[in-house]
Amino acid sequence: MKNFFLSVYLAIKEIARNRGRFLLVSLVIALITLLVLFIAALGEGLGNSNKQYLANLDADMLVFLEKADFVIPSSRVDKGLARTLRRVDGVESAGIIAASGTAILLPNDEVLKVSILGVEPGTPGAPAVIEGEDLQSELAAEVLIDRNVALRTDIKVGDRITIRSTQGTEDEFYELKVVGMTDGNLYQFAPSIFVTFSNWDKMRTKSDTELGRQSTTVNVIAVKVADSANFDSVEANILARVNNVEVADIPTTIANVPGYSAQQSTVNTQAVFTLLIGILVIGGFFQIQVLQKVPQIGVMKAIGASNGVVGLASVIQIMVVTAFGVAIGGGLAYVFSLTFPPTVPIIFNGTNSLIAVIALLLIGPLGGMVSIIYAVRIEPLKALRLS
Amino acid sequence: MNNVALEVKDVVKSFMVDGAPIYAVDKVSFQVKNGEFVALVGPSGSGKTTMLSMLAALLSPTEGQILIGGQDLSKMNERQRVVLRRERIGFTFQSNNLIPFLSAQENVELMLRLNGKLKHGERIRAAELLSRLGLGDRLTNLPAQMSGGQQQRVAIARALIHNPTLVLADEPTASLDTERAFQVVQTFAALIHENNRAGIMVTHDLRMCQYVDRVIQMQDGKLVKVYEDKKDIMALAKGE
Ligand SMILES: Nc1ncnc2c1ncn2[C@@H]1O[C@H](COP(=O)(O)OP(=O)(O)O)[C@@H](O)[C@H]1O
Ligand SMILES: [Mg+2]
Repeated sequence: MKNFFLSVYLAIKEIARNRGRFLLVSLVIALITLLVLFIAALGEGLGNSNKQYLANLDADMLVFLEKADFVIPSSRVDKGLARTLRRVDGVESAGIIAASGTAILLPNDEVLKVSILGVEPGTPGAPAVIEGEDLQSELAAEVLIDRNVALRTDIKVGDRITIRSTQGTEDEFYELKVVGMTDGNLYQFAPSIFVTFSNWDKMRTKSDTELGRQSTTVNVIAVKVADSANFDSVEANILARVNNVEVADIPTTIANVPGYSAQQSTVNTQAVFTLLIGILVIGGFFQIQVLQKVPQIGVMKAIGASNGVVGLASVIQIMVVTAFGVAIGGGLAYVFSLTFPPTVPIIFNGTNSLIAVIALLLIGPLGGMVSIIYAVRIEPLKALRLS
Repeated sequence: MNNVALEVKDVVKSFMVDGAPIYAVDKVSFQVKNGEFVALVGPSGSGKTTMLSMLAALLSPTEGQILIGGQDLSKMNERQRVVLRRERIGFTFQSNNLIPFLSAQENVELMLRLNGKLKHGERIRAAELLSRLGLGDRLTNLPAQMSGGQQQRVAIARALIHNPTLVLADEPTASLDTERAFQVVQTFAALIHENNRAGIMVTHDLRMCQYVDRVIQMQDGKLVKVYEDKKDIMALAKGE
């Protein structure tokens, strides 16, 4: 304990008397922190824009068409499959998910691109309504908007909106009444709106050949299992009952969202490389510093400071400088984040940011490791021989 | 017996260079009593620094024994040597003596901190000792803000503050001009006598010997001559 205080004393005194030099390193760490946090937040934000609806689903599994590789747009199943699945042992509820893209017309000839999702109210594919009410009937011209739509426009519950879909070679327009609002349902980089299957089939983007035909297929069925511990047995029951389908849990589904994994690994690689650069910068600085300090450390050991005291002082010094830099960088990142509009896909409150901060706090000790070992190994005899 | 601070018995230190041993210190024996200030002199390469390193428990003799305050250094492990260095030995080096980020007073107090003895009374004592060495107005100065002579005096205060058994000084005047060199050694000698410490000063400057009680002369690793008579010492110092 006495040694610990002595190390703290030495570490802090040295920093205090060389403020400029240490501040410079802290600022470098702050910039690296800022960069890493932004990359992490971007990864989180981009990932979220792509998968948020799926991640927030009140479902345990999705049922796909066989060989669709768990890719939602590639999967087609009959909408009646939801009813069949509800009768499978261990299934609590099931509901359709039909996904497509469309646009909401805004004042000034602007449009907001949205994902239009066909769902059955009260089933696992449909999100919870946080304001207003749920969709009431299959044929009514009603829509739920996500809060992300409201954040980007002036649309409120009770408003009427017009959506524009390209069907064949024509743009078709549909008017819908906003009856309720949901939260946290970005999907495929767009905010979502929710309609019944009939409305979805009428309003979705269609090719020439699909014009005028009523469809009976949706993309996937969302299934909630009565006891999620029984996932495997329920999956087996489903596969025994229904042909030509495959079952995936939510994480698998998210990993197979087109581009999701590639994007996440790109962003993560960037973050890791930035951290490596950080380790090298810190390592370089402290290594040069310890080389300059050889006589001073030699004297300290010659007059009776133990290796423990000298090593611990180096560790404390590196941690203080790193922590200070990370704190400044974190603060800057927070301040900058306040200035971003909701449309910028940057999210700081994820576990990603936490992991990034922990990784950043580790770059100091990791980078400084060589210099710490070097300091511990300096022989006290140096004090005499160097003179 | 109790009066003997340091005993060096038949100490040999050899280094293997290209397969052949070089005897840096060759069968040297001497004693230093409490209150005695001894100079270790000799030409460059005569083994002075090697001798001092062994006295400071920084280097182990190849043969022979060194006892400080009756304790045999060869019977100590590394941890005990570290403790010995901070409790029983005071040290000044030729240069780079001080910790650059500590003020004069903090450098002296570091010795007390290392020993876990930094009390209020001790801090006052540190300031008093520095004042005694003419540094009363320099207590808060960093080493870089002091001259070589001032730094050397701070080092002397640090070497004495914790009441060590043995004070070792390696070329304390090497970086000083003649005038200051005399002042520094004179004060050093006075403090050693006053506090009844045993002091050994390595120097190549024979003029500094006028303040010591005994001169041990080395050559090629061997102890060649000891000057004990005050008259002989003065003659040596004056270059006669
Ligand atoms: N680590 C070592 N390895 C080999 N030879 C050494 C070593 N240390 C000292 N010597 C040799 O021992 C002799 C005495 O050196 P030293 O004690 O430094 O003398 P002085 O301090 O009197 O100038 C010299 O010949 C020197 O080259
Ligand atoms: Mg020497």
